[in-house]
Amino acid sequence: MKKQLFSLYLLFFCQVLYGQTDTSFFFTRVKQDSSKLKLNMDAVYNRPFLQMGKLPVSLGGYLEANSSYFSTDGISDGLSFQLPRLTMFMSASIRQRIKFMTEIEFEEGGREINIEFAALDLEFNPLFNLRGGVIMNPIGSFNQNHDGPKWEFVSRPVSSTTIIPSTWSNVGFGVFGKYSRKDWVWAYEAYLSNGFDDNIINNNQNRTWFPASKANGDRFEESFNGVPLKTVKMAVKHRKVAEIGLSWMGGVYNKFKDDGIILDKKRQLNFIALDINSTILKDTYLNGEWVWAYVDVPDTYIQQFGNRQQGGFLDIVQPIKKGKMLGWSESVLNVALRLEYADYNVGNFQELGLRIADHMYALVPAISFRPSAQTVIRANYRYERHTDLLRNPASQTAGFQFGFSTYF
Amino acid sequence: MNRRLLIFAIILEAILIVSCERITPRVPADDQILDGPIDGLSSAEKTRFLAGDVAFNDEIFTRETGLGSVFVATSCGSCHAGDGKGTLFTTLTRFGQTDETGNKFLHLGGPQLQNRAIPGYTPESIPAGATFSRFTPPSNTGLGFIELVSDEDILAMADPSDLDKDGISGVPNYGALPSFINALPNAIPKNGKYIHRFGKKAAAYSLLHQTVNAYSQDIGISSAFAPKDVYSGQEIDPEISNLTINNVVFYLQTLKAPIQRDQNDTQVQRGKQTFIDLGCQGCHKQTLKTSLSPIAALSNKTFHPYTDLLLHDMGSGLDDGYTEGSAKTSEWRTPPLWGLGLSPNSQGGQYFLMHDGRARSIEQAIQMHGGEAGASRDRFKKLAQGEQADLIKFLKSL
Ligand code: HEC
Ligand code: HEC
Repeated sequence: MKKQLFSLYLLFFCQVLYGQTDTSFFFTRVKQDSSKLKLNMDAVYNRPFLQMGKLPVSLGGYLEANSSYFSTDGISDGLSFQLPRLTMFMSASIRQRIKFMTEIEFEEGGREINIEFAALDLEFNPLFNLRGGVIMNPIGSFNQNHDGPKWEFVSRPVSSTTIIPSTWSNVGFGVFGKYSRKDWVWAYEAYLSNGFDDNIINNNQNRTWFPASKANGDRFEESFNGVPLKTVKMAVKHRKVAEIGLSWMGGVYNKFKDDGIILDKKRQLNFIALDINSTILKDTYLNGEWVWAYVDVPDTYIQQFGNRQQGGFLDIVQPIKKGKMLGWSESVLNVALRLEYADYNVGNFQELGLRIADHMYALVPAISFRPSAQTVIRANYRYERHTDLLRNPASQTAGFQFGFSTYF
Repeated sequence: MNRRLLIFAIILEAILIVSCERITPRVPADDQILDGPIDGLSSAEKTRFLAGDVAFNDEIFTRETGLGSVFVATSCGSCHAGDGKGTLFTTLTRFGQTDETGNKFLHLGGPQLQNRAIPGYTPESIPAGATFSRFTPPSNTGLGFIELVSDEDILAMADPSDLDKDGISGVPNYGALPSFINALPNAIPKNGKYIHRFGKKAAAYSLLHQTVNAYSQDIGISSAFAPKDVYSGQEIDPEISNLTINNVVFYLQTLKAPIQRDQNDTQVQRGKQTFIDLGCQGCHKQTLKTSLSPIAALSNKTFHPYTDLLLHDMGSGLDDGYTEGSAKTSEWRTPPLWGLGLSPNSQGGQYFLMHDGRARSIEQAIQMHGGEAGASRDRFKKLAQGEQADLIKFLKSL
């Protein structure tokens, strides 16, 4: 009974939220320019903003809440409710061609507060802009385009949060630019930033684990080893065909020198990611990302810690009904499917000659209902298989997730 | 409009609730998995079991929590996955002792090789001139029962001068007790030394002894019981609480014993008779009993581990030239055979048997028996193929 009540409460809550934005007392919605071709890299600005009067400041944000029921090998911890994140953003046009934008995220009910993005953009030419501050490294597509309301599934893609540690932002600066002609647009981004530390091989996951570096708040103040992390992305899009992005992020993760004393050689890490999205067959939306990661792990770490990881996801979203539903005039009902995979240790055991497993895959059929483009109410089944390092019988997890995510 | 919303919500809920229980994975049968507590624990005991379970399986040590500086693995669970046996990948190496006079390489990192190190430290290597042996992790189920076999019962199975002339002698491993261990009231010491029973060479007295050594030697975690740092050899502050260690010991004590499968299968029953006929029971004793324990569920119980907890000379083929305690280099403690059929579930679908995982099947393991077990191995070789298959099927049912 409690389950039902809570879900109802969630539903009404979204309704109230939605209702509030309508009674725009002071704030008005900033009209989004839909004529321009938008890329994943534009996601930070491509959000619904509210503006107060004629002030040059726009505000926005989004909230996510969900409930889930999972069982692993038949053992369940029952139903639980989460508020994974509440994000606020604010942008200001300081002068012509000078913009500031910040995104602040409260995670897990406020236990964690992160500045995900806080950067100043200076435009010299559409092909040449400077950006500095806390930037989101443009690796893959999800890291920059991660707002909850844009996705039809309750959970974030596994490979994008555990191999690419989204949201992965760092202090740094760089350049970006765009060139468009007719139905084509081409864009690039290149940044230098602070980066990873050796927690990627010193963590409570007992494997190479990039997200472990996120716990190090010092990276907003100083680099762990003085070598900048380089991130470069290139994307092309054709209005009627697809957007394809290719990105690379590389750097050094260990402290090879301290106080002038050489401690170790420089140990590199490199990510290469491919992302693609397209609408085919009139209105079937495909969106995917694949990442390969390479790390120089010290020999003394044995193969418990992988020197190669790879993984990705593919989302297929099919609207099945559009138009007036339940009294909302522009609502959409979708069915969707996500396939995802993450291999945390690619290679063979030296001792055994056998392949190392340590991988997972998941299958997620979903339905989502959007009363408006800015709000999504979604429910999905989720089936996951995790195989341990030694390839012992996989543990199976399955269950349901239900929740909403909305811009406000 | 609210009514429609309500309908929408109700339909969604209905789908969710109906399907929750159905489309989720099933619990594996109790006899298919090694982990889980023994029956009959009180709720306070179950809580301790769970606390120990978390410390054993989930607590992964890092530099910040005391790992190393040199170590072999970062958690108990990474070698004892699912409480089952390990593989060559999780095998550890010990070196430096050839007879009962003790380890001659303690100053060079002996007895255990810590082959890994946190950044900035050099891992150990085997010093020149040291003999060594590799140990594959055994399963750690039902150990609470084994811990409670009385010294009297163990001595009753021993036959040091082979008085019954079956070619099988069997001796306990006698060792000195570390200062943090209190001998059990029913212990039967000899010249101030006590019967040890855990480990491949039976060189650990109790689960506390084994656990303290594992934290120190395998993970590099010092404790109030063993305060010396593995790297520097100096006493350092404890990196783990006594409470956690005691919880882990409690967890090991109350892990259930493996449950035999297919007991009524006729082939399994024939195989069991063959096992007896070949004389395997000379060492792999089917039934033992526990003495009194404060944990009611363990007290005065009979159980079926297929071991005598004694050391046997297994011949030159299994002699690595390394030993522990009073054992000879060719002597090994009879390993319990319970849970044998479930070994592949923790060995990546394969078998890695005998002390260093050198046997890749049960047949190979039997073929490698020598010394005191030579006669029963020869009898096994003479069996018709069908009889061998019966025996294997029986062993896999354990
Ligand atoms: C590097 C792998 C490794 C790690 C880590 C490890 N073990 Fe072990 N364990 C072994 C091996 C190998 C043996 C056999 C050792 C021996 O013969 O002395 C063993 C034996 C045991 C035994 C005795 C089983 C028997 O049947 O006699 C117990 C109990 C045990 N370990 C508990 C633990 C605990 C508790 C931890 C964590 C503190 C732990 N182990 C960590 C590899 C490991
Ligand atoms: C003289 C005592 C003795 C006899 C008799 C004996 N075994 Fe063993 N058995 C041992 C010892 C000791 C080991 C461990 C050797 C090692 O670790 O290298 C062992 C290991 C095994 C193993 C591997 C267990 C593991 O976990 O790695 C199997 C299987 C086995 N024995 C089956 C048998 C069968 C079947 C027979 C009868 C044909 C038999 N044994 C007779 C002492 C004996």
